[in-house]
Amino acid sequence: MKRPAATFLAAGLMLLTLAMPARGAEAPAKTVILSTTTSTQDSGLLDVLVPLFEKQSGYTVKTVSVGTGQALALAAKGEADVVLVHAPEMEKQYVAEGKLLNRRLVMYNDFVIVGPKDDPADIKPAKKAVEAMKRIAVRRSPFVSRGDNSGTHALEKALWKRAGVEPKGAWYMESGQGMGATLNIANERNAYTLSDRATYLAFANRVTLAVLLEGDGALFNIYSVMEVNPANGPRINVTGGKAFADFMLAAATQEVIKNFGMEKFGRSLFVPAARMREADLN
Amino acid sequence: MSLIWNGIVTAFALVFGGDPEVWAITWLSLEVSGAATIISLLLGMPLGILLAMSRFPGRALAVALVNTGMGLPPVVVGLFVSIFLWRSGPLGFLDLIYSPAAIVIAQVVIAFPIVAGLTLTSFQTLNPHLGLQLAGIGASKPQVLWLLCKEARLPLLAAVMAGFGGVISEVGASMMVGGNIRGQTRVLTTATVLEAGKGNFDVAIALGLVLLALSFTVNFVLTHIQQRELIRWPKPS
Amino acid sequence: MAEALLTLEEILVRHGSATVLDIARLEIHPGETLALIGPNGAGKSTLLRVMGLLQPPSAGAVFFRGERANGENTLSMRRRMASIFQEPLLLNASLYDNAALGLKIRHLSKAEIRRRVLPWLERLGIAGLAARRARTLSGGELQRTSLARALALEPELLFLDEPFSSLDPPTRESLLIDLRDILSQTGVTAVFVTHDRHEAFMLGSRIGVLNGGKLLQLGAGRDVFARPADEKVADIVGADTRIHAVVERCSEGVARLRFDGGAVEAAGDFQAGAAVVVCLRPEDIRLSRPESPACGSGINHLSVRVVKVIPSTPHYRLLLESGTGPLTALLPRAAFEALAVREGDALSASFDPAALHIIVR
Repeated sequence: MKRPAATFLAAGLMLLTLAMPARGAEAPAKTVILSTTTSTQDSGLLDVLVPLFEKQSGYTVKTVSVGTGQALALAAKGEADVVLVHAPEMEKQYVAEGKLLNRRLVMYNDFVIVGPKDDPADIKPAKKAVEAMKRIAVRRSPFVSRGDNSGTHALEKALWKRAGVEPKGAWYMESGQGMGATLNIANERNAYTLSDRATYLAFANRVTLAVLLEGDGALFNIYSVMEVNPANGPRINVTGGKAFADFMLAAATQEVIKNFGMEKFGRSLFVPAARMREADLN
Repeated sequence: MSLIWNGIVTAFALVFGGDPEVWAITWLSLEVSGAATIISLLLGMPLGILLAMSRFPGRALAVALVNTGMGLPPVVVGLFVSIFLWRSGPLGFLDLIYSPAAIVIAQVVIAFPIVAGLTLTSFQTLNPHLGLQLAGIGASKPQVLWLLCKEARLPLLAAVMAGFGGVISEVGASMMVGGNIRGQTRVLTTATVLEAGKGNFDVAIALGLVLLALSFTVNFVLTHIQQRELIRWPKPS
Repeated sequence: MAEALLTLEEILVRHGSATVLDIARLEIHPGETLALIGPNGAGKSTLLRVMGLLQPPSAGAVFFRGERANGENTLSMRRRMASIFQEPLLLNASLYDNAALGLKIRHLSKAEIRRRVLPWLERLGIAGLAARRARTLSGGELQRTSLARALALEPELLFLDEPFSSLDPPTRESLLIDLRDILSQTGVTAVFVTHDRHEAFMLGSRIGVLNGGKLLQLGAGRDVFARPADEKVADIVGADTRIHAVVERCSEGVARLRFDGGAVEAAGDFQAGAAVVVCLRPEDIRLSRPESPACGSGINHLSVRVVKVIPSTPHYRLLLESGTGPLTALLPRAAFEALAVREGDALSASFDPAALHIIVR
């Protein structure tokens, strides 16, 4: 080698390369791949629950947070062991096809329609989400959609459908991104958007958007956990996936879920739903 | 502009305040991209030298493939490597998906054609008869190769820097095969995207600055080695 | 006869389907300087590379001091030789580092390298430039460095492939003279390739003529130049006047050769009726006005007409036409002016029978 410095550099990096395989090489049976959505991850809830589960069970969890569509597709391929998403219509389809098993409600929060404080489309008096969307469309007030087939986007589309509106035009913007980025865009453009409450609360001090419509049953955001059919692919950790799903529904976990957000926001971000039935929520 | 200033302040706070997560992310980025660059050197330089020095049927095709490989979009590489490493894929039995090793593999696929292609052109800057002359004064084959590498060290070190630069800064492949899992496969680039997506712009900018500082430091060292014996042109008298 | 330093046997070099070199046997003797000449593409460089063990032949064997080069011993044999090429091919480093490179490759100590390199730098007049970067040196200085690099190795065999052909004439001249002195002082055996036959004649104790991959003639310089083996060699060595003739009669070592437009007498024994080529070197033709031909018994005379005058220095070159074919002659400038020659003039060309070289066709 040319000089000692270069030799050291090379030797050091060689050692790094050799040390690499040692990291993160847990036995496969001890690893659980959880596929979930970006907004679930962004809420911060999993940063509390996952370490809890790992400590209790001894499993190592690999949380893959992607779009709802991808989360479900990965599970259907057997690339995940358990799924946590919030898109009931899409979930039911996968369950009907037999790809996902044992769908159980975990928690719910709600969506809110947020917009500029002066409420140009006057949706506040509407009280019902569908009516509010109708008013936004009629006035062609700027609206930012997730546009990414996420649970939020699915709900939004359902609302437009019930309002009898096909949103099109310069006023209707599709961000194609996560909830946080979408809120930012809405903030910049003084537009309305549909957001889950948890993300909105996390962003409340960064945006000047206000909650203009809430509480309507149609705005419930229901989270379910599903296990992956072992037939979907090779090497699925069935016991691990089930362990995580059971954990999410355990009483102690549900209590943690209930309290999550209290400290930071003064109110809970989620409502535990393990004991409820879906019909109750609609 | 205050955004950038806040970012700088946050960066200092995170790095020098010893935020363990930021240090862990930074260290992982360096490990993963460093390992990928070294492996790419071990694979790419011999290939580049072989392509430069020998003629064989199909050589033109090989060179075209290498040159195409230099421009592979990282996210496409990530997608294809995922398909191989998924449980349902041919290499699924290795259980590498969503691990740092998977990111290293994807980054090697990105960097190795860059190193090979630039090594090839560095050797082509040498006089084609130089190897023969070195043999003519008694150099053995390994000595000839070593002397040619030394003679081409300027463009060769540029090849190393280009390979490293290409992988330390990529996010598409890291995201796809690594999964951006906290504490396991989160690197500077994927963490920056995550924080920006959450709207934490000051943290995102801070991470971006850490990445730039890391990249600059490595390139500074390499540039120092590269330029150390630069010719000083004699002043015209 | 001393044992041959290098022997080539049945050497064949093929490039694809073409045979580039075909040498049945060639020996290099210790202490000699062998010059190889021939047109482009004759295989001279290939032959040099095969001899220097830089290129394995497609068939045949190379023996160094009686031992056959067989792949395992090639490197150690090659390290007892040194090769220099037309381009100096130095590395991007100082002149000293370049000159020392061969010794560094052999892992000699710094002190030992200094001891061996510095005298050669002095000898070649470049010691003052030792610290200069190679990129700043002139062509002549670069080639001197290349020479120093090779000579510092104290090689048993030195191969040079047109080392001076890319230099300007004055530099080339001075380097040629230096090289000649060095070769005779050190007694190093050298083989060098050149397309300049004057260089070959000046440096070579033996001259080899190559064409089309084959060795057409090998011998002492004067022999090869004055007595070329065939028409192709005659062309290469510069026996520019070639006339086809027939042996009319021959007795007591004197032959009379008839051709269109005249007859000449030459020394030698030939079959009457044999078809031959009469060769003459330009310097062996004396020109004079027809009224006063050169005198001397047995001297041949031919009437010629000046077709073209090619001015040059130090000799003027004259292309002449006789009834029998073209002749080429040289005239020193003074003589040219004294004769007041112009194109179209009729002159008398005279040449000694002994200067004629006869090739039997």
